[in-house]
Amino acid sequence: MDLLELFTYGFIQHAILAALLMSVACGIIGTYIVARRMVFISGGITHASFGGVGIGYFLGFPPLAGAAVVAVLAALTTENLTRRKVLRNDSIIAILWSLGMAIGIIFVYLSPGYAPNLMSFLFGSIITVTSMDLWLMLALALTVTAIFILFYKPILYVSFDEQFARIRGIPVMFINYLLIVLVALTIVLSIRTAGIILVLSVLTIPQNISNLFTNRFSHIMIGSVIIGFFASILGLILSYYLDIPSGATIIFTLVILYLAARLIKVVIFGRWK
Amino acid sequence: MKAPVVSIKNMDFSYQKNLVLSDVSLSVFERDFIGIIGPNGGGKTTLVKAILGLLKPQKGTVDHSLEKSEIGYLPQGNQVDENFPITVREVIASGLEHGLKIEFWKAKAKQLKVEEALERVGMEALRSRPIGELSGGEFQRTLLARAIISSPKLLVLDEPDTHVDNQFETELYSLLKELNESMTILLVSHDIGTISPYIKTIACVNRDLHYHTSNEISEEQLKVYNCPIEIITHGTVPHRVIKEHIHN
Repeated sequence: MDLLELFTYGFIQHAILAALLMSVACGIIGTYIVARRMVFISGGITHASFGGVGIGYFLGFPPLAGAAVVAVLAALTTENLTRRKVLRNDSIIAILWSLGMAIGIIFVYLSPGYAPNLMSFLFGSIITVTSMDLWLMLALALTVTAIFILFYKPILYVSFDEQFARIRGIPVMFINYLLIVLVALTIVLSIRTAGIILVLSVLTIPQNISNLFTNRFSHIMIGSVIIGFFASILGLILSYYLDIPSGATIIFTLVILYLAARLIKVVIFGRWK
Repeated sequence: MKAPVVSIKNMDFSYQKNLVLSDVSLSVFERDFIGIIGPNGGGKTTLVKAILGLLKPQKGTVDHSLEKSEIGYLPQGNQVDENFPITVREVIASGLEHGLKIEFWKAKAKQLKVEEALERVGMEALRSRPIGELSGGEFQRTLLARAIISSPKLLVLDEPDTHVDNQFETELYSLLKELNESMTILLVSHDIGTISPYIKTIACVNRDLHYHTSNEISEEQLKVYNCPIEIITHGTVPHRVIKEHIHN
């Protein structure tokens, strides 16, 4: 089939829009996550949210709404317990990570009948996004972009040196909690397209590709949005022609792009790092 | 007599059950230049963080007559991520930020101040460099510029001479001497030999604090030094030996 003809399909147009909105939100939030070394925290939030999916199935409300509530709770709990030094940070993450998955599995098991979309939550399904999903993703992408434009400097300064920011009277706690909530919401809305198991790569691989060529926070953000979108579209097309799952194909594309970028860097700049 | 800029009274500080500072009192006056010395783990950084309001003491009080924006701070190098994606200019500009304001208009005035601070520490050529590509000394210069850019009334420096070459060390201390004309300075160091010619007074911190007013040199007391720190002197640099502490 012709490539242009492919783009006339409604579900493909939806998928392209979803890819764009996801790339914007994940490009920006992912840069924050990578720069602050919060990848593991994000992994914890992602997997904990599966508990919400399970509860949603069991009680009969949209699983994604359940995931959003649980993800935000997990994010706030992690941040709070880490600040108060109740437990070691990585232990808190591990506990919430597996607890969320356990709750999810139990409730899915208890739910009557077969959970038809379960796989799409685990591995994502960009070609089945609904208009409702797109509106939610649009709202999130706009919110994230607006907050990073308005508060770019305070966010950057808090991320770089929290203590110094506190001495300068920047509301460090407010920024930390605001951002961890945005991280949770970005993860949940990306679950729809990339899936619980794969979402982490959308938040880290584009950033690491950009970071090979620039060391500026703002440039990494913009680069990640572009790379994320490009990889999603390319992955989408490949998955269509090869008839393989879209989420996994997008991740594969990202990893191959990363390796290609490293190679380009060696060839052009003559250095590996 | 003028009121102190910072006044610490009978302060105790502990991390969990580990008492780090015990019954510490110190008054810092305008245009003081105090060298805070002591062994590693003696509580120097803890004292400084209590002064900055980053740590709350379990007992005693820390009062100051300063606004937060009137304090400049250079943290120990290992407290920040040296590979964070941020440029020299951005780091220095962060020293001007205050509160959570959305400002688009003051940009020009800020840029001028950043240029001024860059020049002061000799980093003009590296202004757009990401900090991950700086040497240890260049990174310290950047942090110093960030600390002084707001022309603070109180300047707190936690080991600014780590990873710094001899040439910048001399530049650093003569710059501090110049800044001391208008700023009160607290300088944490484990190397009394180097800072001695520049500071006015010394606070010895090793769980408790002993304050020495200037020019206490006594040959006989060379051996006796109850604040166990390394005494390093470079060639002909004059050094200062301090009177013995009285422990009960």
